[in-house]
Amino acid sequence: MSAPTPATQPRMQAVRDFGRALLFLGKVISRMRFTRLQVAETLRQIYFAGVRSLVIIVTCGFFVGLVLTLQSYDALARFGAADATSTLLALSLFRELGPVLTAILFAGRAGTSITAEIGLMRATEQLDALDLMAIDPLERIIQPRLIAGMITVPALVLIFNATALLGGVVYAVFLMGTDSIVFWGNIQNTVELGRDFGHGMLKAVGFGIVASWLAVYYGWTAKPTGEGVALATTQTVIATAIVVLFLDFVLSALML
Amino acid sequence: MKSSHQIELTAGIFLLLAIAALIFLALQATDRGVVSGGSYEVTAEFTNVGSLRPRAQVNLGGVTIGMVERIELDPATFDARVTMRISDRYDELPEDTSASIVTAGILGDQYVSLEPGGSPEVLVDGDRILFTNSALVLEQLISRYLFNTEGGDN
Repeated sequence: MSAPTPATQPRMQAVRDFGRALLFLGKVISRMRFTRLQVAETLRQIYFAGVRSLVIIVTCGFFVGLVLTLQSYDALARFGAADATSTLLALSLFRELGPVLTAILFAGRAGTSITAEIGLMRATEQLDALDLMAIDPLERIIQPRLIAGMITVPALVLIFNATALLGGVVYAVFLMGTDSIVFWGNIQNTVELGRDFGHGMLKAVGFGIVASWLAVYYGWTAKPTGEGVALATTQTVIATAIVVLFLDFVLSALML
Repeated sequence: MKSSHQIELTAGIFLLLAIAALIFLALQATDRGVVSGGSYEVTAEFTNVGSLRPRAQVNLGGVTIGMVERIELDPATFDARVTMRISDRYDELPEDTSASIVTAGILGDQYVSLEPGGSPEVLVDGDRILFTNSALVLEQLISRYLFNTEGGDN
């Protein structure tokens, strides 16, 4: 890609990696083109990243909702406040658990496969072949995956939240006999559309950008060996988890 | 491997599913929500509601059957009008049901307690409960006991 760079000191390595990732993102954005072909390819990537993640998102969401309701119902019942269970469930889902868990699950399920796919294309010189045919791989390969990831994560967060609430309904209403009017009424009286739900979705959009950006970046910069692709895949999961948790703290502090 | 046509279709369905989840969450689980069917509203007028708050419980026989929707002041009579939303499962409350505002324990939250009457007629959406007992205000009770200011009949 570029002329061999002088060896940097190891302690500057992280800063340099960050700069490279930023330049990479800028380059992809500056070369974006939206033809009919690109839109079709983006839809295909939404299928691979989104539809194929549905099973794990729905299962996870349902059981998170179930167990969160179970634990908070038990704890709140000791204070005679069992009716507040649904409020606690909705607030913690919308503001924290939904976006964070979905982003980490997305990194594990879809991010890794994006990294591995691009890394393998690099290792088998498919990216160079595209370049030789005067097809820009940034535009044809990276852009659809990046945009698909940005769209998919908020969509998955919405589905995660809805199924988790469903899990809460199953435990609180069907098993513990809370009246469903009380369950939904408490949520509607407390949860604000803009401040709670809206801020959670803003986080989801931010996490979507980070998760798909890191996935394509580690794939693009993977060393063209089997070992390099394996390392890049691992790095995607670790980096996404750390950055998402850090960003979650920053965004929460900014928005509260 | 599915055909690309099918893949695009499935992706479209996935996005529609997400939009459906968005609409469901926004309308059912936030303050902009419209409470779905399965409930009806009745009102009751009290001279004093004490510290009753919106979304306080409405109980009958100790079981929560609904919640206080809103509390407003009647501009003509200066009574507090409490609107309660009660679950459809309990749609056979007699017309002469009485409502009182009571406190859970000595420091607990105040809630509305309903006492069923014996009328064959039932309360329907928009009805008013005629028999009400206002909240007991602890300070007034103590003051009456200490200074016997209630009136001269004892």
